[in-house]
Amino acid sequence: MFDKWFPPKKMVLPNGKIVLEKRSRLPLTLLTLAAVTALSVNLTGFSLHVLFTRIRQFFIILGEMIPPKWSYTPQLWGALLDTLQMSVLGSMIGALLALPFALLASFNVIRNKAVVTIFKVMLSLLRTLPTLVTALIATFVFGLGPTAGLVAILLFTLSYVGKLLYEQIENVDMGSFEAMESIGMTRVQAFRYAIFPEVLPRYLSTTLFCFEGNVRYAAILGYVGAGGIGLLINENLGWRDYPRVGMIILSLGVTVYVIETISEHFRKKLN
Amino acid sequence: MTTIEKQLLASPRNHRYVLTVAAIVLILLAWSLSAVSFKDVNQNGLAIALNILKGIVHPDLDLLFSVSKQSVLYLLVQTTAIAFLGTLVGAVLSVPLAFLAASNIMPKPIAWLTRMLLIMIRTIPALVYGLMFIRVSGPGPFAGVLTIGLTSIGMLSKLYVDAIEELDKKVLESMTSIGCTTFEKIRYGIIPQLFSLFLSVTIYRFDMNMREASILGLVGAGGIGAPLIFAMNSYKWNQVGSILIGLVILILLIEWFSNKLRSKLVQG
Repeated sequence: MFDKWFPPKKMVLPNGKIVLEKRSRLPLTLLTLAAVTALSVNLTGFSLHVLFTRIRQFFIILGEMIPPKWSYTPQLWGALLDTLQMSVLGSMIGALLALPFALLASFNVIRNKAVVTIFKVMLSLLRTLPTLVTALIATFVFGLGPTAGLVAILLFTLSYVGKLLYEQIENVDMGSFEAMESIGMTRVQAFRYAIFPEVLPRYLSTTLFCFEGNVRYAAILGYVGAGGIGLLINENLGWRDYPRVGMIILSLGVTVYVIETISEHFRKKLN
Repeated sequence: MTTIEKQLLASPRNHRYVLTVAAIVLILLAWSLSAVSFKDVNQNGLAIALNILKGIVHPDLDLLFSVSKQSVLYLLVQTTAIAFLGTLVGAVLSVPLAFLAASNIMPKPIAWLTRMLLIMIRTIPALVYGLMFIRVSGPGPFAGVLTIGLTSIGMLSKLYVDAIEELDKKVLESMTSIGCTTFEKIRYGIIPQLFSLFLSVTIYRFDMNMREASILGLVGAGGIGAPLIFAMNSYKWNQVGSILIGLVILILLIEWFSNKLRSKLVQG
């Protein structure tokens, strides 16, 4: 298409051969980028003037968060533990559910194309919905509270671990699977002894990685009423009680750091 | 004893370790079970779930396809604009930060300090930034752009740093040996090595930012989130359906597009 509109430059080499040099696409790309940027600036009302005159406000709020209000810690524990419980349980159930889902979505184990396609589409549809939107819907179905957050995290973990797991299963060397089938094992047994041990370490480390992310997500789910520490963040930001927000963020940061350190330790062991 | 049995017995055993870890995991599981309670789930919840499904099957077509400022189409374009501009802002800010945090070109203390700054930026959840920026620019998509820009910095500069630290220095040495100036070294030695990697990371982040941008509306920072929460709170399920359909299609499209672009970048 592009080459038709801007025909490539012809060059005749000394030996009479004609070489075509394609025109650079850089100007067109830059032009498109500039146009999209201008359009976006227009649509979002981006203005450097507002940014430079008002950005002080941001740092004022940030400044108020320091020092954090230490005396707020006792009230934090409950919500923080709720958040952790939500993410632990959600990650575990989600990861367990991901196993059959991934199995049913991998074409080398399941021969039925329709089943594979259905499960693949299901997993990718689940993955597109942002966690907060899932949590919002879940609060309507399961009522306000940690249960809704749990469901949102569970669904996200299922889709994330499920996708990575079926990709791994599809990349496994099928030699041993076929060998086991040929000596008379059922497909389930062959999967259990040929594929499962091979994907297990990666599966566990993916789950741990997803769990790390889930703690972060779980922290904000409270914003839509799905339990956990997000509720407190929302409340205190509404009251403009920034020292308390600072304390919440600090405790959150420490929790996330500790969990990431532990999980990294185990992930290194698994690899 | 056959050789196979010998091999089997000779394999390292760490039953105790595995058992301990399993026990800890089980205890954690039992402990967190107390978070769930299904006592709030009643007929009502089920009815709502059914209604949402019905709404997805019978979406508000008028809302989906019209071109007013409240239509799904317009809001999706706005969401994309927020994500795009936010990614751009984030990428522009990340490049100098990444060079400052790369331990192979900067002195250790500066690199370490920049890294600490990046970790701190990453710790604060996006929604909190959103609420803070609303105090700066007022509610609206502009706040969303700033939020996305700031939250993108954390991941972008981390991945940029990885790219910078893996720079092939031999190229630069050979350029020095044939007498290139510093500018030429940057132009022909460094930029070609980093550009496609940076671009690929940025496109990936844009893909992620689409999801972020769509939830920022929940705090009033523009995009599709606000109409979604309004529609849900007023139980207009067919509007919810059309918004969800639009969102899912858009995110799938962008993901497909970004994967295409990135694989093209990798293959050159």
